[in-house]
Formats: sequence, C-alpha cells, structure tokens
Amino acid sequence: MKLITAIIKPFKLDDVREALSDIGIAGMTVTEVKGYGRQKGHTELYRGAEYVVDFLPKVKVEVAVAEGFVERVVEAIVKSARTGKIGDGKVFVSPLEQVVRIRTGESGMDAL
Amino acid sequence: MKKTYKKWLIASTAVLPVPVWGEDRFNGADTAWILASTALVLFMTLPGLALFYGGLVRVKNVLSVLMQCFVIAGAVSLLWLALGYSLAFTHGGELNPLIGGFSKVFAKGIGPDSLSGSLPESVFLMFQMTFAIITPALIVGGFAERMRFSAMLCFSALWLLLVYVPICHWVWGGGWLSDLGVMDFAGGIVVHITCGVAALVAAVVLGVRRGFPDVPMPPHNMTMTVSGAGMLWVGWYGFNGGSALAADGAAGMAILATHLAASAGALTWMFIEWIRFGKPSVLGVVTGMVAGLGTITPASGYVGPVGGMVLGVLGGGICFTATQVIKRVLKIDDSLDVFPVHGIGGILGSLMTGVLAAKSLGGLGLAAGVTVSHQVGVQAVAVISAVAWCAMVSFLLLKSLDAVLGLRVSRDEETEGLDIVLHEEKGYHW
Repeated sequence: MKLITAIIKPFKLDDVREALSDIGIAGMTVTEVKGYGRQKGHTELYRGAEYVVDFLPKVKVEVAVAEGFVERVVEAIVKSARTGKIGDGKVFVSPLEQVVRIRTGESGMDAL
Repeated sequence: MKKTYKKWLIASTAVLPVPVWGEDRFNGADTAWILASTALVLFMTLPGLALFYGGLVRVKNVLSVLMQCFVIAGAVSLLWLALGYSLAFTHGGELNPLIGGFSKVFAKGIGPDSLSGSLPESVFLMFQMTFAIITPALIVGGFAERMRFSAMLCFSALWLLLVYVPICHWVWGGGWLSDLGVMDFAGGIVVHITCGVAALVAAVVLGVRRGFPDVPMPPHNMTMTVSGAGMLWVGWYGFNGGSALAADGAAGMAILATHLAASAGALTWMFIEWIRFGKPSVLGVVTGMVAGLGTITPASGYVGPVGGMVLGVLGGGICFTATQVIKRVLKIDDSLDVFPVHGIGGILGSLMTGVLAAKSLGGLGLAAGVTVSHQVGVQAVAVISAVAWCAMVSFLLLKSLDAVLGLRVSRDEETEGLDIVLHEEKGYHW
C-alpha cells in the first residue's frame, strides 16, 4: 500500500477530485496548508508598510491506494493539477504500513 | 409652555450671570435633525470605529480593541453627565476663559423644557456626548495591541476631563479661543487634533509593539475595516451636518462639503499609492477617505463644496506623506496611524479654514471686518495651544499612570495577545 500526498493549488482541488473519482478513487483527505517552493511568496503593502508573505496557501490531498494504483493516481493528479505555471505543487509517494477502518476493524487492503 | 420657559429664563438671568445667546426658541425640525445626527455620531464609534480599528489589528487583539471602544463609550457617557457637559458648556465665572462651571453637573436643572438655542438641552447634551465618546475612542489606535485595560480606562477617563473638556470649552463653550473668534465647525481642533496628538504621545510613551517594524503586523480582517470605514463616512454626515445645530442650509452645505472631501481624499490617497507602489489598495482608499473627512471637519460649515474638494485632496496627500514619515522615518508605532491621519488632517483643516472660508474663495465668508490673514493667525493660535495643552497633559497623565498602574502588558502577555490575557476570550473559534 502507498500513501500519495499531493500539494496543489487550491483552485485546482475540484479538478483533482474529479480526475481521481474518474479512475475509481473513492476517498481522500484534504487539508488547507501553507508553504512555498520555487514560487516563493508575495509582498503585501498596508499604508506603505511592506510585508513579505513567505507561505502561500495550498491544498494537501492525501490518498491511500493499493500498489497497482499508484501510477494511475499520480498521473491523474499531475494531469489535473497542472497549469504549467510555477507553483503547481508536488506529489509525494510513500510506503504505507497499515490501514484500519475504525467502524469495522478491518485492516490492510480490506480497509482501503 | 414656551411662555413659562421664557419667564423662567428672565427670572434666572436676573439672578445668575449666565449669558443668554440670542433668543432661545424651540424648533421641531432642528430637533429632529440633531436627534438623528446624535444617532449617526454614536454609530460612528459603535460599531463604525470599533470595526474599522478591530480589522486593522492582529487576530489575537481584535476583541481588546472592540472592548476599548465599547467601554470608552460607556465611561465617557457617565462622566459627561456627571461633569463633562457642565464643565464644557456652562459659564465658569471668573475662570470661564479656561473652563466652565458646575451648574449643570448631573444635568442639574435640565428638564424637557430646557432649551439650548432651538434644541431641547437634553438633545444638545446628547449630541455633544457622542463627540466626547468618539474622541478618546480614536486614541485607542495609538496604543493598540499593548496597553493594559485598567490603565487604558483610567487614561481615557482622566484625559476626557483634563484635555477634551477644557479644549471643548475653549472652542465651543465660550472660552478664550471662542472669544478670539476661532472657527472650528465640527471638531477639527476639539476632536481630531486632540485625539491625534494624544495618540502620538501615547505611542511614544508606551513604546513600539514588540517586533515593530520588522515583524509583519498586517490587518487581520480588511473586510471588517472597510465595513467600519463605510459607517464612518455615513456617520460623518451627522458629525459635520449636525454641527450646524439646525436643519438648515448650513447643515446641507456642511454635508455637501464633507462628502466631497471624503471622495477627494479617498481618490487622492489611491492615486498616490498607485503611482508610488504600483497598485491602488483598499486600505489606502478608506484611509484617504478618513483623512479627507478629518481635514474637512473644522471647515465643513464654512467652505463651499469646491473648498471641500480642495481640503480632501490636501488631506489625502499630506496625511499620506505624514503616515510614511511617522512610520518609516521616525519609526514611531502609532499603530493605527491616528496622528498622521486625524492629527495632521485636523491641523491642516483648521488652518485652511481661515483661508477657504473667504467669500472670494467660494466660502461662506469670514466674520465682518476679519481678514484671511487675521483668521489664519487665530486658527494657528488655537492649533498651537490645543496641541501644546493636549501633548503636555497626555504626557503627564501617561507617565503618572505608568508609575501607579503600569501602562503596558508584559512581554509574554503581548505575545499571547490581549484577548486571551485581558479578557479570557477569543475573537474567532476555528
């Protein structure tokens, strides 16, 4: 099992959700996060006082999938979240040791 | 009823050395307009100024600012009834040039039939009370995000009695500046100069907020600030229009000039930012509007609409520059820019009143036989004496309160935020 974590532009969330459900992904967790990469931050100016805002709002999407799904999911996210401009985000894939469905106690692949 | 009143008036003037201004005669239209204006001016503070200021501070201090505005409104109202009104607006005997007397403490002798000009005196007292409320509430912007609540309360109460009330008496209550012929239609000196100077002194005495100017302290809710600013603009119709103390052409002209000053001030500030920083900002527009309104206030009933526009442009431009100088050059943390906007606007407007009131410049005219240069001289004397008295007394008050109570919260408390530390509440739960 793998945990796929994607950091995307907030306004791309609906596209990503749609692309994932099109390939049969039935659940995900979404968090509003802040961060920066190559895009850097921006400046804000209030009555002439300038502030550099380093952290930009992003959305983190987490999906737990079986090994065989990884490539398709990553592809779907990359395709749907891309604008081609700097700041589109990243996708991380990491091993996932265990999954338990709380309601039933099922674990492993059955819980996905 | 009027007859009885007149008899009482004649009887009382025979005994007391109270000046009777013209002929007091009740007028329903005037009364209705000043009742409405009273509501408009209170609305400027609650919730207008409270929201305007509340949005400008950081999220951890939003309640402290709202609280200060509300508590000042309550405290000033009580003090105004107890002492303020009488000391500002009655005859002070031998001390009258400097301060009024005690004859109307707790509204003594003011009943439904008492008149002040064409208004019931209760209405006049209330209308003036709303001015007394907003002035210390405006000072909050100078010491925002770091002052102890107890010290703030004591300072506001004492400041009202020792600064606002005497200067109000000098200018509007028959004191020495009024004898000199000063022109302050709606409080450029009484309200805006005093609050601006006090805020500057408070900012200097308290010192900068922790981290200023390196740590970003952007407004936490601009929507709130813009909502409050809109209320201020509308409320100012009552502030300046109501200062005619009548429902007449002077009130109409005052509102017209006021409105144009606000518009011109907003656009001036916006264009300066646009040219200088590349983008027009929302905060710039609303700040320019307030600057225009503060600047027109002393002149509002004396200048024409074009005069209002000129003052708006000057207010927007000069207050913008003053804000940059105070914040960036002098590095004074007048946190919400009270002095550069209200203080400078008030000074500018008060001086320019002497010029733009002239008939030849579209104004409603100076007093008979008075030249522009003479009037500007009188205005300058009034400005200087108000600045000096206000700065001196505010400074002494703050220093004494610092010794007795302590003005500032501790470092850790300031970091944690006044809402939790002083009030055990939070503005938002998310």
